[in-house]
Order: sequence, then C-alpha cells, then structure tokens
Amino acid sequence: MSEGFAIDVQGMTKRFGDRTVVNKINLQVRAGEIYGFLGPNGSGKTTFIRMLCGLLRADEGKGTCLGYDLLTQSEEIKRHVGYMTQRFSFYEDLSIAENLDFVARMYGVANRRQAVRESIKQLGLAGRQDQLTGELSGGWKQRVALAACLIHHPKLLLLDEPTAGVDPKARRDFWEQLHQLAAQGLTVLVTTHYMDEAERCHRLAYISYGNLLTHGTLAEVIARARLTTWAVSGPDLPGLAGELRSSSGIDQAVAFGTSLHVSGSDRAALQSAIAPYRTDKYEWHEIDSSLEDVFIHLMQSSQDNFAA
Amino acid sequence: MTRHSPISLARLWGIVVKEFVQMRRDRLTFGMILGIPLLQLLLFGFAINGDPRHLPAGIIMSDHGPQGRTILAALRNSTYFDFTRQLNSEAEGREALARGDVQFVINIPENFTRDLIRGERPAILVEADATDPAATGNALGSLSTILNEGLSHDLKGPLTFLASNPGPIDLRVHALYNPEAITHYNIVPGLMGVILTMTMVMITGLAITRERERGTMENLLSMPTRPTEVLLGKIIPYIVVGYIQVGLILTAARYIFHVPMEGNLGLLLAAALIFIAANLAMGITFSTIARNQLQAMQLAFFVFLPSILLSGFMFPFRGMPAWAQCIGELFPLTHFLRIVRGILLKNNGADAVINELWPIALFAAVMLTIGIKRYRQTLD
Repeated sequence: MSEGFAIDVQGMTKRFGDRTVVNKINLQVRAGEIYGFLGPNGSGKTTFIRMLCGLLRADEGKGTCLGYDLLTQSEEIKRHVGYMTQRFSFYEDLSIAENLDFVARMYGVANRRQAVRESIKQLGLAGRQDQLTGELSGGWKQRVALAACLIHHPKLLLLDEPTAGVDPKARRDFWEQLHQLAAQGLTVLVTTHYMDEAERCHRLAYISYGNLLTHGTLAEVIARARLTTWAVSGPDLPGLAGELRSSSGIDQAVAFGTSLHVSGSDRAALQSAIAPYRTDKYEWHEIDSSLEDVFIHLMQSSQDNFAA
Repeated sequence: MTRHSPISLARLWGIVVKEFVQMRRDRLTFGMILGIPLLQLLLFGFAINGDPRHLPAGIIMSDHGPQGRTILAALRNSTYFDFTRQLNSEAEGREALARGDVQFVINIPENFTRDLIRGERPAILVEADATDPAATGNALGSLSTILNEGLSHDLKGPLTFLASNPGPIDLRVHALYNPEAITHYNIVPGLMGVILTMTMVMITGLAITRERERGTMENLLSMPTRPTEVLLGKIIPYIVVGYIQVGLILTAARYIFHVPMEGNLGLLLAAALIFIAANLAMGITFSTIARNQLQAMQLAFFVFLPSILLSGFMFPFRGMPAWAQCIGELFPLTHFLRIVRGILLKNNGADAVINELWPIALFAAVMLTIGIKRYRQTLD
C-alpha cells in the first residue's frame, strides 16, 4: 500500500456528456481511518465512490485503492472492498440469510455457512434470518446491508449515505460499530449529510459541484474556512436576518433555535456590518464557527462560483 | 362564474405532450411501435402463402420414352414442383424425404411409355412428405388434373382412346408420415418449439433488466462477479424450466392429441437442450440490450413474431418466397420444428437431426458471445 494510504487518487474526473460531475479530485485516506465525505445533493459523491470501486470508469485521473491500480486492477479492488449503496440494493425477494449467503458465495468466502451464521449473530439478526429483506424497516435493511458488505472481511468499506432515514439510536449504534471496525484496521469512506456524523469522522472532505473544496480534520476544516461567527438573540430575529443578509460583509445569517448565527469570512467587514445592530435590543457575542456554519458557507460560495 | 369541470384540457394536453416526449426519448419502444405492424404487414402480405408452389421434388425416372418426359414437363409447368434431385432408387427417395431435402418423390417406372401406349394404365407413384398437410395439399389435389392435361396433347389421333375413362395412367399417391393429413400431428410437435421460444426468451429477457430496474445491478457489479458467470447463472435454472415444458407438451401430444411418436425420445430431449439454450442465450442478450423490462419484452416479441410466421409453424415453409425462407433459416425455431417433426413423425435418426441441430448451436454461440460482449461491467 502506498505509504499507508488505503485510498490515494489524483485528478479523478468523470464527465457525463459535457457535464463534469467529478472534477480533478485528489484524495488520500489513511488505512484505519474513518473519512467523511460531505457535500450537497448531486455534488458528485456517489460518482466518486463508484469510480473507486470500479463501477464507473474515470475519464481522467489515476491512483490506487488498497495498493491496487484503480484503472487496471479493478477485479482485485472489488474483492477487498465492501460497498454499501445509497439505495438498498440487495434482493428484496430473498431472505436475510439467503442474501448473505449469496454475497458470501460471490466473494468466495471460506467456511461460508459458518460466516453467514456468525454474521447474523453478530448483527443481532438471529431469529429473523428467514424474513424477506423486502419486508424489513429502513433500519433493519441498513443492518443487513452492512452485514452483507462485511461478510468477506473487506479492507475498505465504502458507505454511501448509510444512515439516511435511520433513527438516531440506530445511527448511534451504527457509528459505534464503524469505530470498532476502524480500530481493527478497516478503512471507511462514508458520505453523509448529518453534521453529528461528520464530527465523528477522523477526517473530512467537502465536495461541491464535483470540486473538492476543503479537507482535513474537523479542526483543520473549521480553521481553514477563516469564518467569524457571532450569535445574536433578541426580538424579531427573522426580520433582523433579512436585513443582515442584504448588508455587505455578512455571508450568512442562519437561525439556530432562539439565536441567529451571523457569519462572514472578513472579520473586520463583519464587525462593521453588525455594528449598527449592536443595541440594547439585541444580545451579541462571538462564538466558534461550527462545522455546519462552515459547510453552509462553502455551499453558498461554491454556488456563487458555479453561477458565475 | 367558472365551474369545476371534471377534466382540465390544459392538464390533459400537458400529459399528452409529456408522453410524446418520453416516447421520442425511448427510441427502442418507438421503433417497436412502428416495427411490429410493419413486420406483420410484410409477413402477411408477401411471405405467407397458403398455396405453396415450387416445392422441391425428386424424380426417379426409369422410363426413357417421350411420355415420361411429357409427365415431367407437365409437373414442372404446373409450378408446384421443382425437380431438384435425380434419384436412383426408392430407398434413396425415402431418405431424401426423411431428411426434408424434398417434399415429393415422383417415380416413373420402367417401360412407362410402352405400357401407356398399350393401354395398360401404368402406375405413377408419388410419395409426399405430408407432415404438414398444408404444404402438400394443393399440389397433391391438382396432381391428376396436371397429369391428364399434360398427356392430352400427346394422346391424339390413334391414341385418343386412352384419354377416356378410367384415364391413361394409374396415379398412386402415398402421403407419408401423416397419411390422414391430421393437422394436429404437425401443429402439436411444432407447438413445443413455439412455446419454448416464447417463454425462454421472455424469462431471461427480463433477467438483467430486472436487476437494473430494482437497483440490485449496482450491487452485483460491485462484487467480483464475471459476466459469463452472471449470464450462465441466469440461463441454467431455466433449462430445467424448459425441460418441464417439454415434458408437459410431450405428455399432451401423446395422450391428448395422440400424436405418433415414431422416433427416439432421448434424441429429442438432447436436441431440445441445445434449442432451449439457444433461446435462453437470445433472451439474455436482449436483456443486455434493453434498458428496462418493457423494452426486453418488446425485443422478445420482435423475434417471436417472425419466428412463428417464418419458421413453418403456422404456414408451410416451402410456400414462402426465397427471401423469406432465408430469414426463416436464421431462427432456431425453424430448425427445431424440423427436428421435432422429424423425430416424432418420421423416426429420423441422429444424422438427420444433426443436420438441423448445428445451426441452432451456432445461433446459441453467437447470441451468448454478443451477450457477454454487451454485458456492461460498469454502470457507464
């Protein structure tokens, strides 16, 4: 593996017609790391993951996945990667056990029956193994899908929005398990829209309109955005938000419960913009920018770039 | 005051426009909408012929006199018979009939001319492959008229007396294989091929498109599975299904339609394996071409229709013009019909069967190759 990277790709590009969906993305993911992949809908996350596991051919770019060449060794990559699709893509007309058995057969898992039994037990699916997966709820489907992705003991797990539509308790359990797996040396690349999940990753990348806008640890991503954020509380916050949004120096004003987060990338400009509103009516104090503030900021500025 | 009408014309029109746009986008479906009726028109209009002519015939000519030649010319002029084979013995004639090389064998015996002129009413033996009564019916029906009219030119002057009753010659027709002209005998074995074609192509036609529509394809592709595995894995289970159908049809043929079973059933089952495999391969290939299940179904019908019409199932194969016969030869069904009818009705052996079996095997190989080539290992 190249210097301990499970994923090491440069200039990955994918076009559909004349639309560039993934634009020259470089990404390095260390082995044993949980890497969060964030970005708005349609930003190219799924396409990027599909290129990693050989489901789509990259138009440009090169690199390795688990030390195997992305362009020429896709068979080997498939053997060692577990890919959990965004939409449940196991056979709904097969039972849980049958699905697991099928996947185990596809990967040529040794001691197949044993592996299937253990997988069912580990995931707490015992007793439900003969249920058709089509009849399962979203949370259970997700568990089955994860079990199926893990049955061949992959070295890299690619998860495409694995917790969409799953309740908070199940999500927490899911992430617990991911961390346990990562501690055992499994590398995980996961896409998500949830900020709490993003904060549970070792490292993050943010992608928008096919461009990688930022990456690093949580602290690095926030620091790199150089965003100043003030929280304000008081009467008629929606009215205030409207006024603030139209003044220069303020990039965003977002309501968070009973307060409003006002952010700007230029500290001085932001301060002069809010100066007229720092009256007795409102209570102002500067806060640390949250990941969400940063991502909304990134999303807005990239939209501006896209429109321009 | 506007009343709420149950239907909004604007909305209706919007839907109509949308449907047309979708139809235009879906090129294959659009092609089918035009293709199927066109095909039917062409086939029914030009290819189907209820009065087949130019049927291949063999001649055993042992007579060297002028009247033998007159008979031959009369038969040829009727346009029902094309003499494609010069045969030397009755045994050779039987073999050519069994293999399907000729539809008729006409045997003009030694001293025919002499016996004719002596008024001894010499016999002309016509053996016909009556497996398909429709193919031979008209030719046989008009045989005696053809012969009598042909001879009437010769039977003038002193020979005029020969033309009177009971006629100058003794015409003997042997309708072989299906002497009572029972159409069931022809149709039921044929149905085996037709049913197999329809269901086998259809079932597998949906196989890959279903994966794609349900989203399971993405999963399947992300696993280290090879195209050949996927394709063959989807073919094999249906071979069993095919055999079940064969069993049902044979049982029905035996006990309901009382179709004679002259030949070796083991040989028939062996041939059926190749035929089933060919249809499954075709279905799988369609599955890799079509983008959704509907398209796959349409493709299946696109082939099914001409198969039925041009294979000799519905209409006598030899009644079709040469170009239609050429197309017909491409379909596995055409060859399989000859095999089934050959084994069941004519007791054909392995060498006659192999003659028809290799085109089916070739077809299967070509289809499977296309299928594997077309099977996309990526979602591109």
